[in-house]
Amino acid sequence: MPDLSTNSRAQLAQVEAVPGSSKPDPILTVDNITRRFGGMTAVDVAHVEVQRGVITALIGPNGAGKTTFFNLITGFDKPSSAPKLFGGPSRALAAKWVFNGRNMGNVGASKVAQLGMVRTFQLTKALSKLSVLQNMLLGAKDQAGENFFVALIKPLWIAQEKANTDKALELLERFKLLEKKDDLAGSLSGGQKKLLEMARALMSDPVMIMLDEPMAGVNPALTQSLLGHIQALRDQGTTVLFVEHDMHMVRHISDWVIVMAEGQIVAEGPAETVMSNKAVIDAYLGAHHDTDLGDDSLLDEGVSQTPEKVTKDPKIDQETHS
Amino acid sequence: MDGITKILYDMSAIALSPATAAFAIAAIGLNVHFGYTGLLNMGQAGFMLIGAYGFAISVMNGLPFWLSVLVAIAASLVFALILGIPTLKLRGDYLAIVTISAAEIIRMVGRSSVLNALTGGSNGITGNSYRDPFNSLSPFPDGQTTILWFTYDNTGVNGWWIRIVGWSLVAIFATFVWLLMRSPWGRVLRGVREDEDAVRSLGKNVFSFKLQSLALGGFLGAMGGVLYILPASLQPDSMGRSMTFFIWTALLLGGAATIFGPVLGSILFFALRIAVQGLAGLFIPSSIMNSQQTEQFSWIMVGVALMLLVIFRPQGVLGNKKELSFNA
Ligand SMILES: Nc1ncnc2c1ncn2[C@@H]1O[C@H](COP(=O)(O)OP(=O)(O)OP(=O)(O)O)[C@@H](O)[C@H]1O
Ligand SMILES: [Mg+2]
Repeated sequence: MPDLSTNSRAQLAQVEAVPGSSKPDPILTVDNITRRFGGMTAVDVAHVEVQRGVITALIGPNGAGKTTFFNLITGFDKPSSAPKLFGGPSRALAAKWVFNGRNMGNVGASKVAQLGMVRTFQLTKALSKLSVLQNMLLGAKDQAGENFFVALIKPLWIAQEKANTDKALELLERFKLLEKKDDLAGSLSGGQKKLLEMARALMSDPVMIMLDEPMAGVNPALTQSLLGHIQALRDQGTTVLFVEHDMHMVRHISDWVIVMAEGQIVAEGPAETVMSNKAVIDAYLGAHHDTDLGDDSLLDEGVSQTPEKVTKDPKIDQETHS
Repeated sequence: MDGITKILYDMSAIALSPATAAFAIAAIGLNVHFGYTGLLNMGQAGFMLIGAYGFAISVMNGLPFWLSVLVAIAASLVFALILGIPTLKLRGDYLAIVTISAAEIIRMVGRSSVLNALTGGSNGITGNSYRDPFNSLSPFPDGQTTILWFTYDNTGVNGWWIRIVGWSLVAIFATFVWLLMRSPWGRVLRGVREDEDAVRSLGKNVFSFKLQSLALGGFLGAMGGVLYILPASLQPDSMGRSMTFFIWTALLLGGAATIFGPVLGSILFFALRIAVQGLAGLFIPSSIMNSQQTEQFSWIMVGVALMLLVIFRPQGVLGNKKELSFNA
């Protein structure tokens, strides 16, 4: 398996760093996906591909349309450009996205997850009145006991339940939530809910996991170990697509970065290339800003009045600058 | 018998009555809907009525007993599908509106004079036109039996036979729901109650689970309806909105999202109402409240009790406050 991932990453080196560039082995291919809210166009992506077996970051300023893009791809929202029986866009211009060789246009959200594309939410959706462990178990897929008739007879599902419980406890341990396993999920802190949601998504062994700001509100020391975990997932063959505002994290773990601004893909490429890209800097900071997004002075600038509040992890810095 | 003893006797008698068992079964069904899945079914009496009509009309048309029960079940499942398919994809409030209207439609259609020949119109159907096949299943000899301070016919119109069958069904259905709710299936329902989108993102077909829940609860409602009319008669107007409202009160009193809550709630609901009525009759002079008014007073107290419950103890007697609160 590590071969697959190393190979996939090596392939990326050949890919041209332009918006919409084609990948050697895309797991997700999106065409003409548009979403309008009233007069406002939230997402307008002409073409984008996500390489299999690598970690891809989706970045962009607030309101760029990243979450909306996730919602569209995972079946939680419908594109305005969806093909219609009558009067929709012409075939060539209609929204079309293919995941793992399968056309996903009319696939509902639950089916999308069953097919292996599992997402988390920016605003966490912990099931508050279920315990942390129950939340985790709900994430496991193909449970025999979820059939009405099988459910009645415990011996038919208890073995699978035990296996799932073991797996859940292992994940909870890794996400530092093991002591909380019997607490109601509603009693967790904001950061813990983020962790629970990510751990729960992993219960189904997704083919591709889509994380919407997974590290927002998670403390830096834990972030570090979770980044390691995400890389381990990739090395086992899972494709990761994540949205994140923390540029250090983006630089640290992503193999490829896609930049959105005002609904469109404005740049693509390896982290270093992208962060010094003119279009990206314009999108983030407005035109004519003479700097690089990876530049630490940029971070310091914003907080220069209160330097004691800067909580960067020196370890990440070292690694990324080396 | 002096006043207090009579009240205590009445309370124990109603606690044991088949009507209480019928309410308990309907409340178990509503608990599957509301307590476990978060579905706002405001027409549980409609499910009872459709089960009752299905059963009574089948027997009257010569179908054997068990087939008639199957007709009642099938009718309730079809009703659940008709209500669920268009509404369960919409927000929860729509189901409430649709169920309350659908239950009223069943009642209005049933009592309309056009259907006099089939449903007896607004007079309903008398008990002896559908009761015999059930009573003939009774293994008991003729005569009366006294257990504790209760003396009833062994079989009869409203005797031990219907009580034993009724409370056995309560036990069976409560066990059935317990088996389901401890399983992964029940866990998905509870997840749906909390956040449908989260459950969807984990690959569960939320619509299908909600439909299964609606059908199961509706089936239990129909069984409650059949049991409710067996010792009495089928009166469409006594199975309307107020009945739904009483089932809700019983469920919330006992505690939603618990196995015994709906059962305890139904018993308490009837026994406490009798107590209020009896005590009012004893202690309030008839110059202030006559016996008819004490009964009305006791029903008013039911409404007051429901309001107080929702405000001060939403989890009921048995419920877990953390699991059930209305500000979800
Ligand atoms: N349901 C909605 N109705 C109307 N407008 C919406 C809706 N959802 C999103 N938008 C708009 O679409 C745009 C993109 O929103 P989106 O949430 O996708 O941004 P984002 O890139 O995820 O931002 P952030 O980084 O802040 O999470 C925003 O301008 C937002 O106001
Ligand atoms: Mg967002």
